[in-house]
Amino acid sequence: MADVLAVPLHATHKHDASDNYLTNPRGLKSWLTTVDHKRIGIMYLWAILAAFLIGGVFALLVRIELLTPKTTIMSAETYNKMFSLHGAVMVFLFIIPSIPAALGNFALPLMLGAKDVAFPRLNLLSYYIYVVGAILGITAMVGGGIDTGWTFYTPYSSTTGGAVSLMTFAAFVLGFSSIFTGINFIATIHKLRAPGMTWYQMPLFCWSMYATAVIQVLATPVLGITLLLLIMERTFHIGIFDPKLGGDPVLFQHFFWFYSHPAVYIMIVPGMAIISELIPTFSKKSIFGYKAIGFSSIAIALLGFLVWGHHMFVAGQSQLASTLFSFLTFFVAIPSGVKVFNWLATMYRGSISLETPMLYAISFLLLFSIGGLTGLFLGMMSVDIHLHDTYFVVAHFHYVMMGGTVIAFLGGLHYWWPKMFGRMYNENLGRIACALIFVGFNATFLPQFVLGSRGMPRRYYNYLEQFQPLHQFSTFGSWILGLGLFMVAGNLLASLRKPYDAPRNPWGGRTFEWETQSPPITHNFDFDPVLKHGPYDYRPEKLPPRPGVLSPARPAGGHS
Amino acid sequence: MNWFRQLILPIEGSTLARDVDNAYLFVTLVSLFFFVLVAGLAALFVWRYRRRGPNEITPHITHNLGLEVTWTTIPLVLVMGLFFWGFYGFMRAQIAPGEAMEVQVTAKKWQWQFEYPDGMRTLNELHVPLGKPVRLVMTAEDVLHSFYVPSFRVKHDVIPNRYTEVWFEPTKAGTHQVFCTEYCGKGHSDMLAKIVVEDEQSYQKWLIEGDESMKSMPLAELGKLVWENRGCSTCHALDGTRGQGPSWKGIFGQTHKFADGASAPVDANYIRESLMEPQKHVVQGFEGIMPTYQGLLRPREVLGVIEFIKTLK
Ligand code: HEC
Ligand SMILES: [Cu+2]
Ligand SMILES: [Cu+2]
Repeated sequence: MADVLAVPLHATHKHDASDNYLTNPRGLKSWLTTVDHKRIGIMYLWAILAAFLIGGVFALLVRIELLTPKTTIMSAETYNKMFSLHGAVMVFLFIIPSIPAALGNFALPLMLGAKDVAFPRLNLLSYYIYVVGAILGITAMVGGGIDTGWTFYTPYSSTTGGAVSLMTFAAFVLGFSSIFTGINFIATIHKLRAPGMTWYQMPLFCWSMYATAVIQVLATPVLGITLLLLIMERTFHIGIFDPKLGGDPVLFQHFFWFYSHPAVYIMIVPGMAIISELIPTFSKKSIFGYKAIGFSSIAIALLGFLVWGHHMFVAGQSQLASTLFSFLTFFVAIPSGVKVFNWLATMYRGSISLETPMLYAISFLLLFSIGGLTGLFLGMMSVDIHLHDTYFVVAHFHYVMMGGTVIAFLGGLHYWWPKMFGRMYNENLGRIACALIFVGFNATFLPQFVLGSRGMPRRYYNYLEQFQPLHQFSTFGSWILGLGLFMVAGNLLASLRKPYDAPRNPWGGRTFEWETQSPPITHNFDFDPVLKHGPYDYRPEKLPPRPGVLSPARPAGGHS
Repeated sequence: MNWFRQLILPIEGSTLARDVDNAYLFVTLVSLFFFVLVAGLAALFVWRYRRRGPNEITPHITHNLGLEVTWTTIPLVLVMGLFFWGFYGFMRAQIAPGEAMEVQVTAKKWQWQFEYPDGMRTLNELHVPLGKPVRLVMTAEDVLHSFYVPSFRVKHDVIPNRYTEVWFEPTKAGTHQVFCTEYCGKGHSDMLAKIVVEDEQSYQKWLIEGDESMKSMPLAELGKLVWENRGCSTCHALDGTRGQGPSWKGIFGQTHKFADGASAPVDANYIRESLMEPQKHVVQGFEGIMPTYQGLLRPREVLGVIEFIKTLK
């Protein structure tokens, strides 16, 4: 083990940057039929970014409508559709696939030192199922829309007009793409780790992806069945959830949250996955508490199945059930807290540099902490009676979903962008955009905690005058947030016009993906990856011989 | 801390509110503590350990059992405390005192109907006496709704084909806002109601006289309201169709035959008598199922019914 890096066994670099997975082979057909995990990841990336754009525009429109207590720019019906679509698009089309399917597909096999995922064709199938689901979803939006909220609560959803059946069917289809990605990742992690890589030498990203995949595979079918039952009730009038037909509306909520609470972890655990990579890399220091972080991901994934009833403290479930769910819910706080403390401890005595991805990681630490801590309010049953279905909840889950997952996604996107496309973006613009997003996000959602605590219910088109100032503040915040996001898009896209300029390892990362060229060749590695050191090993004797030249734009043959 | 309470929470309008607020403020403190800890440490580390050169070497610290146990157990103890506190408040909010006045609530798109023990009904407005516990037994006619009174800190979903409950004991006189907090479609955000809390005297006065708007309302209009809200409409139609009871259309001035063979003209006295002692003269062809409204209708409401029936030509 005297050697330091995974030195290429035959260190003859036959490739230069222009021969890479993006360009070889060329042509649209080669993309549409590709089984390369990197290409599929990139195709997912464009698709989810389009969804993010649509969902984001809906969000901005919703916020504009809320500038005044009565009608501002749209009717109540349109408003109800807007927020429903915002939720449905963001959850099903953007956040759930964002990190696993786009970034994970790209990075996971690279990080494991694998040539591809275990089932490359299944991977492509998962992408096409996603596309079909997305098209169905968009058809539903254009042809009638939905006004049920993304939660589809019965009996409202079994009776209202619009394209509810089509939209739920779209979500049903999307579920399969999620399941397939999950199966693929589980198999890949079990089978395709590089020689020498034990479970405890995997990058933590992979641990979290594993945990996520387990939830995807186990929980998503329940959503599928629930949505099918809903469609059956709507079309054939079989009484399942609708009391008029002898059904039980609360049953729907149980089914729905049995999936959708774990889905919260399908969304946040991948965010944590990215943070566990960013913090050690930009602190140039070994991760603190590797096993604690790894197992806390698993713990969160498993606990996530036992707490769904915390969405239903006032929904008519038994008091005993509520009590148990509240009790179990508080346990989720522990692994989440453990992670935050471990990340902080990783920064302690590190060598911290604040490049754009690290700024996102620090934003995540702060915003996710707020999201998690405000969860404590909602876990307390007596306090939840007051806060349930108010803006407090809206703010809470946006801090987790957006302040957590989306911020981590952006961090990961900036982190792997040079690897994905071989170009560096403008660092300063990246930082400014991150700062704008941070400020805009807090301006949008902090006031909503106050709104909710003061009793402002969610999903309200009209509201009492007393709430207007805070609503306005929130809307102004959303504009800053929007501006920041557009800057990110501009900055990243602009970099694509440049020639390849990204070094192999721009950040000094220690995982496999940084050892291959940027962008990687089709088969990922121009050498045989063999594990020589742990994923976060920054001991000087383990580092490349020429200290400080962690990130050379290495000439061919000179792998250090 | 009181200024903060007032800034961030609604007024405390019920006996339940204080405990919920204390819990809320306590978690706020806990959260602030942890947030400041995380943010402070992050800021400190970013500053103190900022990268000074590319060759910096960092210590290889992989874990520290003591630390890890500490930051697992301290939060664990804390959150268990939070659980029990929340549990305590929750159970208080579940169990209404036995002597509570019971009011039936029916929710439908997009209105709240309240029915008092004596059968009196009001729409989107509930009057309750100060300092007396009230129990609401709620059900919905169409979809889910949720009954939420921020200043009382109570909320519960209202479900079709099922009865759910909330209870409260108001501690502040005045008007309290009721919201629907389960999304129910187009009019969801307009599905509002008011709870008027007043001292025993004004409450009794309201029971007898109705509220200001009722006092100034033309009699015939008040009569129509009684027909709508006090159950007459379930048995009496206005358009001549026969229901469980006779239609009121054009009856004023007619002479009606009774089951016992007697007959009488429909005038003010007859209508009053039909309300107070309905069994005395049962209209021919109908069953004597009409309940008595003795003591349940306000004097002005009885006059209103008479005037209203007069207008139905
Ligand atoms: C449960 C059904 C029911 C309800 C509720 C009801 N009634 Fe009646 N009512 C009847 C029936 C049946 C009769 C005819 C038999 C009788 O005279 O008792 C009747 C008779 C009457 C008559 C005499 C009509 C006639 O043609 O001679 C009047 C007046 C009247 N009701 C007023 C009212 C008012 C006012 C209310 C509401 C405050 C009311 N009723 C509520 C069932 C009802
Ligand atoms: Cu949940
Ligand atoms: Cu509603």
